[in-house]
Amino acid sequence: MTSEEAHWIGSTLTAARPQAVAALLRYFRDLDLAEEAFQEACLRALKTWPQNGPPRDPAAWLIFVGRNVALDTVRRQAKQTELPPEEAFSDTEDTEAVLAERIDGAHYRDDVLRLLFICCHPDLPATQQIALALRIVSGLSVKQIARAFLVSEAAMEQRVTRAKARIAKAQSGGSGVPFEAPGAVERAERLGAVAAMIYLVFNEGYSAARDTSAAREPLCEEAIRLARLLLRLFPAEPEIMGLTALMLLQHARAGTRFDKDGAVILLDDQDRGQWNGPMIAEGLALLDKAIRHHRPGPYQVQAAISALHARAPTPEDTDWGEIDLLYATLEIMQPSPVITLNRAVAVSKLRGAEAALTMVEPLGDRLSGYFHYHGLRGALLMQLGRTGEARESFLTAIGLATSAAEAAHIRAHLDGLKREA
Amino acid sequence: MLYALLCYHQEDVVCSWTKEEDDAVMARLAVVHEKLASAGKLGPAARLLPTTAATTLRKDQDPPLVLDGPFAETKEQLLGFYTIDCADLEEALSIARELARANPGGAYEVRPVSLFVPGTFAP
Repeated sequence: MTSEEAHWIGSTLTAARPQAVAALLRYFRDLDLAEEAFQEACLRALKTWPQNGPPRDPAAWLIFVGRNVALDTVRRQAKQTELPPEEAFSDTEDTEAVLAERIDGAHYRDDVLRLLFICCHPDLPATQQIALALRIVSGLSVKQIARAFLVSEAAMEQRVTRAKARIAKAQSGGSGVPFEAPGAVERAERLGAVAAMIYLVFNEGYSAARDTSAAREPLCEEAIRLARLLLRLFPAEPEIMGLTALMLLQHARAGTRFDKDGAVILLDDQDRGQWNGPMIAEGLALLDKAIRHHRPGPYQVQAAISALHARAPTPEDTDWGEIDLLYATLEIMQPSPVITLNRAVAVSKLRGAEAALTMVEPLGDRLSGYFHYHGLRGALLMQLGRTGEARESFLTAIGLATSAAEAAHIRAHLDGLKREA
Repeated sequence: MLYALLCYHQEDVVCSWTKEEDDAVMARLAVVHEKLASAGKLGPAARLLPTTAATTLRKDQDPPLVLDGPFAETKEQLLGFYTIDCADLEEALSIARELARANPGGAYEVRPVSLFVPGTFAP
């Protein structure tokens, strides 16, 4: 096999994986068996595709071959008979002929959604949901996932195994995900849960500090890939458009968020010329499509906020009035002190530090352990010349920083205060 | 004679290219583009955003129906294309509707352009 062949086969297998594993899961109703069947089908693809060329519908080919191989294994184990020779089954030419009628395409949308939904079973903590989705849906190796989560391979192996065991228990105990096609309400609920899980995967990658972002950036790309997959299956869902747009608009800034020493570069100071243009264009186009549905939701509103930043050629051009209104909408949709805190940033640009501080102070009870609360409060106090209080806030923030970059950013403010004093 | 080259590929494969892989392809293409442009052989070219960004106007009914997603039927064939410069999707759809009134039947897929190469010739 040439490296070019290995490359297209690799990309094709990756692209076909969610659909193929999802369909195999419907046949076998067992995650491990579905995964094994897919692996077997991949091995056969590596053997036969270089000679015969890619099949017209790679996912259908893998489903068909995977199903046959797995059934054969089950039968052989049952009969305890000798292994038949390799050539005796699943001749690829026959496979192609059967595929002319195509594997039932009507199921495939709900298959993929079910597979994703099984990964976000409510019994699983968020970290296990993400690990499982990356392992089963995306096909990342345990080693790759462990690297992204900064844990040992053994620990990640255990996490994935535990998650699978919980799901197997739920499925056999009757509290699992049913295999019948879901009704409209249930489908909408599954979509909502899956969207949240995909955004979790994205944030695992996005919230990484510079020193780990190289290892974690693939998580952002994988989340975008899953969202695009979901969007192709459910093309008329405005919140899925909104989610995809939101992630694209945020990820477009990835290359400009840290300086060469790993310090955080705030939005106002980022080199906007280095933002990823095609990604922004795609995000804006998706948001444009979503808005036409007149069914707003939190992902669309957050994407709209990101879009206003992306559209401003310089920080001074930012439409803070519109951003303030969008945060106000988001506060109604998903009341949360963190959203109010974000809104206060827009308010400080619009109506000054005093107005923003009035908005921020009442959040103190609920956000006393939150780094960004003390960071913003300190910055507002500094703007108002209340240096003593500002210093106190900054010191509290440093104590709560979760990365060296966050702490360094606040320390720069403190140094600024000293120089002024 | 002018010819149109219509570019087909598996979208999920192209979308899974890393930025480096994508950049490398675009750089190799840019070399060919430049050569063709300086020979006066290259007209406008475009790279389209993924089909997830597409909207389709079915104009085989009155009024035409707007659907999310790409054109998916196989009984019609690709017979031509326009590039239009619009503020947003709404404006693009209103232009598509205007064209549909002049030429009903079939469909228009409205797809944003991510990269536009103006080319050099003026036939």
